[in-house]
Amino acid sequence: MRSKRNQILAVPYVVWMAVFVVVPLLLIVVYAFTTKDGSFTLANFSTMNQYLGVFGNSFFLALVATAICILLGYPLAYFLARSGHRMKGVAMMLIMLPMWMNFLLRTYSWMSLLEDTGLINRLLQSIRFFDLWNGIFGTNIEFFHMINTPGAVVLGMVYNFLPFMVLPIFSVIEKIDSRVIEAAQDLGANSRRVFQKVVFPLSLPGVLSGITMVFIPSVSTFVITKLLGGGMTMMLGDLIEMQFLGAAYNPHLGSAISLVMMIVVLICMAVMNRFGEGEEEAMLL
Amino acid sequence: MILSVATALALMAGCTGGGVGGDTASAGEVNVYNWGEYIDESIFADFTAQTGIKVNYNVYPDNESLYSTLKGGGAEYDVIIPSDYMISRMIEEDMLEKLDFNNIPNFSDIDPSLKDPDYDPTNEYSVPYMWGTVGIIYNTAKIDKPVTGWSSLFDSDYKGQILMFDNSRDGIGIALKYLGYSYNTTDEAQIQEAVDLLIEQQSYLQGYVMDQIFDKLEGGEAAIGPYYAGDFITMHESNPDLAWCLPEEGSNIFVDAMCIPKGAANKTNAEAFINFMCTTDAGLANCKAIGYSTPLLSVKDALPDEVKNDPVAYPSAEALARCESFTNLPENILALYDSEWLRLKTQ
Repeated sequence: MRSKRNQILAVPYVVWMAVFVVVPLLLIVVYAFTTKDGSFTLANFSTMNQYLGVFGNSFFLALVATAICILLGYPLAYFLARSGHRMKGVAMMLIMLPMWMNFLLRTYSWMSLLEDTGLINRLLQSIRFFDLWNGIFGTNIEFFHMINTPGAVVLGMVYNFLPFMVLPIFSVIEKIDSRVIEAAQDLGANSRRVFQKVVFPLSLPGVLSGITMVFIPSVSTFVITKLLGGGMTMMLGDLIEMQFLGAAYNPHLGSAISLVMMIVVLICMAVMNRFGEGEEEAMLL
Repeated sequence: MILSVATALALMAGCTGGGVGGDTASAGEVNVYNWGEYIDESIFADFTAQTGIKVNYNVYPDNESLYSTLKGGGAEYDVIIPSDYMISRMIEEDMLEKLDFNNIPNFSDIDPSLKDPDYDPTNEYSVPYMWGTVGIIYNTAKIDKPVTGWSSLFDSDYKGQILMFDNSRDGIGIALKYLGYSYNTTDEAQIQEAVDLLIEQQSYLQGYVMDQIFDKLEGGEAAIGPYYAGDFITMHESNPDLAWCLPEEGSNIFVDAMCIPKGAANKTNAEAFINFMCTTDAGLANCKAIGYSTPLLSVKDALPDEVKNDPVAYPSAEALARCESFTNLPENILALYDSEWLRLKTQ
């Protein structure tokens, strides 16, 4: 009885997934393998090599952003998970708060912050920071050039996607049974060894899902490159957007690029999950 | 920019067969699809009061989004306002209805020089809504040399201060004009030469922008960049140091015109709406709200002297003669624009 009721409850979700996930995916596949008049073709893929640079650039920037997210997010998640109840509540609130604001608005604000005449540089000028800097380094600068560089794009990705790294790591570390850690301590492990041999391996599933949740939106982002990259760095998202909104309307090529991107991302994820498989079993034990 | 995300969503909805146009079956409606920030929305109430027809209003960010929304087939609209080159593309692809000009008597008020345009030579599909030119907007506090033509955008003395259009048609178009070619050239070598020039320019460019140019020029982050005359008037209000130059090599004159997409459910209502938009009152309200140049003679007459004699909004006939409008390009050239734009962006 109970399982039957559960099945009925699952119907809206299944219908939703079918209509809004499976059907669009199938449409992408159909579009990718057809020409404008609807006949089968592989031409959309055979010309893909000219976009190698864009693929390389996107994956590189997304990897850098993901790595920075781990470096920043892991310690944060670790200390939060170990801190008191009150502290957790406040910190979670602070991490979530920016996400209540619109993504574009946040990215647009970074544009005003990072510009040569932006808020950061004007603040540094007003406290005469550049006089000090020029005095020490013998340079003659009036501002830090930050906007319209690949670094600004990475910053935009880290800022926007960092919570997706912190939250899964946090929830996994928080659930680690404290008796496991006590047992390690009883067996004579110092705190460094406890972290190395117990906490870190047990937290890997959280890191893996964090990587997935940061890497995938990073690799396909397109607004950040326009606002913070000054349109100078092209990423996969921009390339796909161009097929729909560029001079030549070509949803077939756009779909083919999307498909290749999805497959490359899937392969990356599969490799990573294989790497993390042993750890998940440890977690279950 | 912001709306391109919305359009992407609309596209997805289109792919899955969902509709975004609202109800189209009932008789008392007209579905209007316009550029963002490009109308005085208070006139809808007057239209409804006069005709009893309800206006459903939606916006798009650029011609290409409009095109892909209509191509996606998910939306039902009765009035759209594309630009010249997009109108000729839509005529070629049989995406527009012929208008019944008996229902649009106010068409007689349109400036005769804007009738029978290149993009709609027999003037059967479109009624001009607004027009304007592309020119150079620069900050007089930062640009010390006189600005007379496109060469100022290719001046390495202004390293890090120059902005360019972030779309292939306008961006490559400027380089073509600077080199003395036509905006509508189909000579592949000329287009490649233009992109070579843009690649050289990239080393001293600040960035490629669209509407971000408002922020960057008004705030003094950049010193010089190309944009639309109507937008210059808006920018000048918040930063009086900004100046305008209609380049001597010639520039782009654009016309956005009202059309009815093929298969529109409320064609008669759409024609009534177009006719209403050509009344002096509606034209005047729109002109005041958006600052672009009106094609309606009675509206221009009614404008204050300092507006109608402003050479930015209404350049001399001699200056306009140097300007050229975009026409639709053949498919292989459009594909070349995309691949050349990609070559520029992946340097």
